[in-house]
Parts: sequence; structure tokens; C-alpha cells
Amino acid sequence: MRIGVVTFPGSLDDTDAQRAVRIAGGEAVPLWHGDHDLKGVDAVILPGGFSYGDYLRCGAIARFAPVMTEVVAAAQGGMPVLGICNGFQILCESHLLPGALIRNDHRTFICRDQTLTIENASTAWTSDYTVGQQITVPLKNGEGGFVADAATLDRLEGEGQVVARYVDVNPNGSLRDIAGITNERGNVVGLMPHPEHAVEDLTGPGTDGLAFFTSAVRALVAR
Amino acid sequence: MARVIVDVMPKPEILDPQGKAVHGALPRLGFTAVTDVRQGKRFELEVAVADEATLAEVHQLAGTLLSNPVIEDYAVRVEETA
Repeated sequence: MRIGVVTFPGSLDDTDAQRAVRIAGGEAVPLWHGDHDLKGVDAVILPGGFSYGDYLRCGAIARFAPVMTEVVAAAQGGMPVLGICNGFQILCESHLLPGALIRNDHRTFICRDQTLTIENASTAWTSDYTVGQQITVPLKNGEGGFVADAATLDRLEGEGQVVARYVDVNPNGSLRDIAGITNERGNVVGLMPHPEHAVEDLTGPGTDGLAFFTSAVRALVAR
Repeated sequence: MARVIVDVMPKPEILDPQGKAVHGALPRLGFTAVTDVRQGKRFELEVAVADEATLAEVHQLAGTLLSNPVIEDYAVRVEETA
């Protein structure tokens, strides 16, 4: 199973995402922001970082990178796409996911091991979790406050499109403690916390993040 | 030549942490008259002619790249230059 990881100018976590894919049993395929080519991959990850220096708005310029034309078309066709942190911001700017991410309400960058509750275990990226399962993965962002209008929030909650919620602490002012969401079809998932940093005991708070990647590999094998 | 100004502001219902930080600094400087601050962005676009077609294009780019309609409003105005 070939999972592409896009590198934008300013991406930071692309190599960690590739590593997570390999540990999950998939083949990681590097993709370049300037290419109109997904190299025949079965799924795509938009990694964390500060694409284009976060100029204008986080993810606003990355959205118009050549590779995103292909990513948006593939996502609309049902290809699994995961956006982590800056990748989540890019998915929102691309309108593949509703809402937007704004500066943390407390105005400081936050970096902590964050506990989440998985609320939707039927997406392409969360099927190896169970609903209600609590996981701990790193969170690190300056602009991670998820916002949307009340009608959109109600719809996300009503349709089961909230994938993960913050537990105990709301680290960035996200409305209704939302940490991650999915589209109606369940193939596109975005979240602010970093599951790719929690795939090995040596380098993370545990391996709670690994199931994001094994879920996709398993879903693709089954297809 | 003409200059087109695009002002982008966070929607009123969206929290503006930067504006709050600026507001919070004012009393420390002895300024007490200001009751709220909201911070936005101003873009100055140089164009050959600010005709209807150009302004239509500016509106389009203001609504796609310069602002995110989910969280921001924009306004376009023309500033004639010599």
C-alpha cells in the first residue's frame, strides 16, 4: 500500500509521517508540492509544519500549490487523505473540510502530550480505534483553535463527523473541544495533534498514534 | 496607474487573539480610552486601470486567497494615484 506524503516549503513533519507509514506496514512515497503528480499512490498525508512560512494564513498558500489540485480531485474521488496540524489547516483552506483554524485563544504556542477521545472509528484513518478510546499523542501548535459557525458545528456533531475531542484540557480554544474532524464520506480526516509522533516508545509518549496509519493500510488492503 | 486597497478583518463573531493582546497592552502605556481592538490586514494592489473587469478579478482573489470567508470579511476600494 503506497501512501504519499507531501513536502511543501516549510513542512517539518514529513519524514516522521513517512516513518509512521513504514512502521504501519505501508510504503511511504515522497510527493513534492510543485508537481502535478501523485505518483499513483493509494492515499495522501499532508504533514505538519509551517508551509510557506504560514504567510497570509496558515495553509492559505499551500492550498494553491500544484500538487493540491491533484490532492483535491483525488479526495473528492474518495481517496483517503489525512491532514495533520498544518495539513489540517490546508484541508480547511481547501474546503475539503469545513471550518478554520485560528490563533490559540491564550496566544502562546503550546507543546504537550495531549489526551484525546476518538469519537468516530469508521473513517479511513481511525478504523483501528474504538469509539470512546482515549489516546495520548503530542500536540504542538500556535494556531490550532478550530472554529466554525454554530450550524456547521451542530452538523459535524449530528453527523458523527467529529473524529477526536480534547480531554481534560482544551489546549487552544477549539470550539466544543474539537481536535479533529472528517468529511461526510469519511475519507478525508484532519486533526491538530500529531499521531505520527507517537508510533514508537523510544521517541514519543507511546504508540497510541500508530493506529491512524495502520487503519489506512488495512483499509487499502481490503479494497 | 491605480491602487486598489483590500482590507481584511476577522468576522465580528470570531475571536481575535492578536487584537486582544494589543488591547491588553494599552492600559500599561496609559491609554484608557480604547474599549476594544480588532486586528486585520491591508493589501495594496497596484493595477494599470481600476476598471470593472479588474475590480471583478480583485474581488475574486480577495475572496479566495487574500481572505478566508469562513473567518474573515473583506472590503475593496480604489485609491487613485498620480
